[in-house]
Amino acid sequence: MSTPATLAINDYLPPPSGLGRRLRHCFGHRGFALGAGLLLLIIIGAVCAPLLAPHDPYAQDVMQRMKPPVWMAKGTWQYPLGTDKLGRDYLSRLLFGARISLFIGLAAAVISGLIGTVLGLLAGYFGGKVDALISYLITTRLAMPVVMVALASASLMGGSLNVVIVLLGCLLWDRFAVVVRAAVQQIRDAEYVAAAQALGCTTPRILFSEILPNLVGALIVVATLEMAHAILLESALSFLGVGVQPPTPSWGLMIAEGKPYMFFSPWVIAIPGVALMLLVLAINLLGDGIRDLILPDGRN
Amino acid sequence: MLGFLLRRLGIALCVAVTVSLISFSLLHLSGDLATAIGGPEASSEQIEQIRVQYGLDKPLATQYVNWLGDVLRLDLGNSFFFQESVYNLIASRLPITLSLGAMALVVALVVAIPLGVLAAVKRDTWIDRLALSIAVLGQAMPSFWFALMLIVLFAVTLHWLPVSGNATWAHFVMPAIALGYYATPAIMRLTRAGMLDVLASDYIRTARAKGLRPGRVLFKHALRNALIPVVAVAAVEFGFMLGGSVVIETVFSLQGIGQLAWDAIARNDFPVVQAVVLLIALIYIVLTLLADLLNAVLDPRIRVR
Amino acid sequence: MALLHVENLRVDIPLEGGTLHAVRGLDFVVERGEMLCIVGESGCGKSLTSLALMGLLPRKAQRTATRLSLDGIDLQGQSERQMCDLRGNRLAMIFQEPMTSLNPAYSIGDQLAEVVRQHKKLSRGQAWERAGQMLEKVGISNPAERLQQYPHQLSGGLRQRVVIAMALMCEPDLIIADEPTTALDVTIQAQILRLLRSIQREFGTAVIFITHDLGVVARIADQVAVMYAGEIVEAAPAAELFENPQHPYTRGLLASIPIPGRTQPGQPLGSIPGLVPSLVGVQPGCAFRNRCSQAVDICAQPVAEREVERHRVRCVFAELHQQAPLRAKGGGR
Repeated sequence: MSTPATLAINDYLPPPSGLGRRLRHCFGHRGFALGAGLLLLIIIGAVCAPLLAPHDPYAQDVMQRMKPPVWMAKGTWQYPLGTDKLGRDYLSRLLFGARISLFIGLAAAVISGLIGTVLGLLAGYFGGKVDALISYLITTRLAMPVVMVALASASLMGGSLNVVIVLLGCLLWDRFAVVVRAAVQQIRDAEYVAAAQALGCTTPRILFSEILPNLVGALIVVATLEMAHAILLESALSFLGVGVQPPTPSWGLMIAEGKPYMFFSPWVIAIPGVALMLLVLAINLLGDGIRDLILPDGRN
Repeated sequence: MLGFLLRRLGIALCVAVTVSLISFSLLHLSGDLATAIGGPEASSEQIEQIRVQYGLDKPLATQYVNWLGDVLRLDLGNSFFFQESVYNLIASRLPITLSLGAMALVVALVVAIPLGVLAAVKRDTWIDRLALSIAVLGQAMPSFWFALMLIVLFAVTLHWLPVSGNATWAHFVMPAIALGYYATPAIMRLTRAGMLDVLASDYIRTARAKGLRPGRVLFKHALRNALIPVVAVAAVEFGFMLGGSVVIETVFSLQGIGQLAWDAIARNDFPVVQAVVLLIALIYIVLTLLADLLNAVLDPRIRVR
Repeated sequence: MALLHVENLRVDIPLEGGTLHAVRGLDFVVERGEMLCIVGESGCGKSLTSLALMGLLPRKAQRTATRLSLDGIDLQGQSERQMCDLRGNRLAMIFQEPMTSLNPAYSIGDQLAEVVRQHKKLSRGQAWERAGQMLEKVGISNPAERLQQYPHQLSGGLRQRVVIAMALMCEPDLIIADEPTTALDVTIQAQILRLLRSIQREFGTAVIFITHDLGVVARIADQVAVMYAGEIVEAAPAAELFENPQHPYTRGLLASIPIPGRTQPGQPLGSIPGLVPSLVGVQPGCAFRNRCSQAVDICAQPVAEREVERHRVRCVFAELHQQAPLRAKGGGR
């Protein structure tokens, strides 16, 4: 006869093991599957941009200015997404622009992740005065208007890809620090940490080989959030003219360059905007999906 | 309670000073101000003259202490570009930004809270999924692009609203929506999560066992408790909105402090930038303080001990 | 006529692996002013039974019954609005967790007054006055001050008194108390039990008292119903049940509590080996047979219920004093 024991065992079966089955488990999550698929497409587009782009993204052709995309009345397959005010192919610029956005997002997430993780680790593990100081730093950072400080600094330093990356990296570490600090405070008193201490492991060793591995999941989730955040901020900086400089094909810059024409040809700003939205959407869905999959308690 | 308040105020002041110090050093380390003010054509003598004129020849520490001393006397200095005192500039622009921020907050709350409540009550139905989709999409849209699309739709295509400026309240509608939508997903998710928690709680079961009507259970007993954390987040979001107003005000040519900051940044008008950053940090700090107080008012567990 | 009639009450919860039959055909009546204790271990369906009576089951759970009437009112035929008018007014409920069953955001007075204001036409002042009187009734000193306080300022025992006062606000015909003393200290437990008993006598309220603790039952019950795996396996007046337990499960429960004067010091208490069966899917025969030392093949067949006077047993070995007229029932489909 069936006992509750068999029932309970079915409920608590570990997630399927083996890479294939685990992947199937992940892709059973609709948001994760959608985000991962979309992001993969964008990454392929960015990596293979030289192969996929029908034209040179920098090649100007004054005779072919402001050609509408193919689905509009005067659109042609020669320029599937139309051309900009200098006659450059929009699709090619979009593909190369994906590289800029992805690179900035990734680089800013890595830099801010390093800063935030180190600060969070120190604050969480040592507590006391160190914690008070770092918490104070976090509060201060949160009180700073990111957009304004980034704008002012980028403007003075002169906008460029590297400046934007460094700036965003130095400004977006707060969430990493908050999350890592809270997580470390929880783990710090766990028995395996006490065991490592009793064995005489050095503090750096405990931090990096006992504590850090437990934070990987949370770090990945925060990294996706900050990557999306950095991509949005870069687009805003470039839109205002202090970020990536022309003629580089940044999506934010494309919107800025299209702005004077938006009243008669709204597609010039709609296309790069939708591209931005899809990229950020893909990253956010992926992050939410990872959170649901690795932290089942944190759902909703 | 008073001790707690004083402590919080003390920390708030320290944070404000630190923010000003950081932004001060950030701006000074970013490039040579004198060269920036003088422009590319200025000769080295002219630049030297500017340096002395604006006190930029003194050591950074001296400059900062001087500046801070002036700030404490509410003397924010004079704008390099506008030929007016920074204090007057900010005083004339601040009301516009504050009303924009307030309207944006109202937009965000009016959309986010009912949507969050509905999503929680109708959990796992299409309404819930729709609300979550709106949240995810909202988080993915760059605000300046959303603002431009609003202009294309409501001003250019439908002619319902003016494109830019700040003459009437109608001029504020699109900026408020563009600024407010960014806070909507966060507040909505928080409301939904809070409602789900509260609806599963024992005291909601008690309220139903008392024979209260479902509406009364929802609005009197559930919402009140679910909204306590939302208040704190709303205050913080209001602070973020003021910071983000620089982008939206620029797009809509609203003459608020965001636009002022942007004009000042573009012209290296250093005293103005410095003052605006400090002001926004101060407002943010005061807001978080207010949020704590409001929490205490709403939550008897904090208020009455 | 009895106050509450329950016939063939069932609660089914559809799950992915099949339907969970949590409550499987309960029959019982509660007379006015009577205390019925429903005893059983956790998961036997006693809490779901109380929620089913209140009409407060979780959305997924389905309630069916051939009869469910309170004072002649058919509870199944009531609209949600009519049920709201009954809840808190004619039948009230006391929950297990006093620490969490009061709303932290409102004062005690507000939460008490709310009940009468919902059901009776009273002004705010009158409602608060009544709330104060009720606090006094449940033994809370300086009620005027307590009314202004918030739940977090009160201890668990005081909160449970407040919850009892809340249930009494409209002087209901029936109070359902779901393990009201389980979360409390032993000394407070005794006080609350005494309070419930005295209040029940004073107001003439019928009480359904749900518990897993036979010691509690012995102190307060008029009638006892023993539940196992969603069924009542034995029901009798309290004295009769303790004197003459018939079902092996009831005997097992009785053997597992110490009785002063009867249990020898140092003698190990009894325990019942095994686990409660799964209630998913169809469950023919006696649900207790996998843990019963007396089980025989015939126990796998539906077991008829025997009844003599008010003593009912669902066991093939039951020997009731009078020759019981067999009442054929489809025991536990």
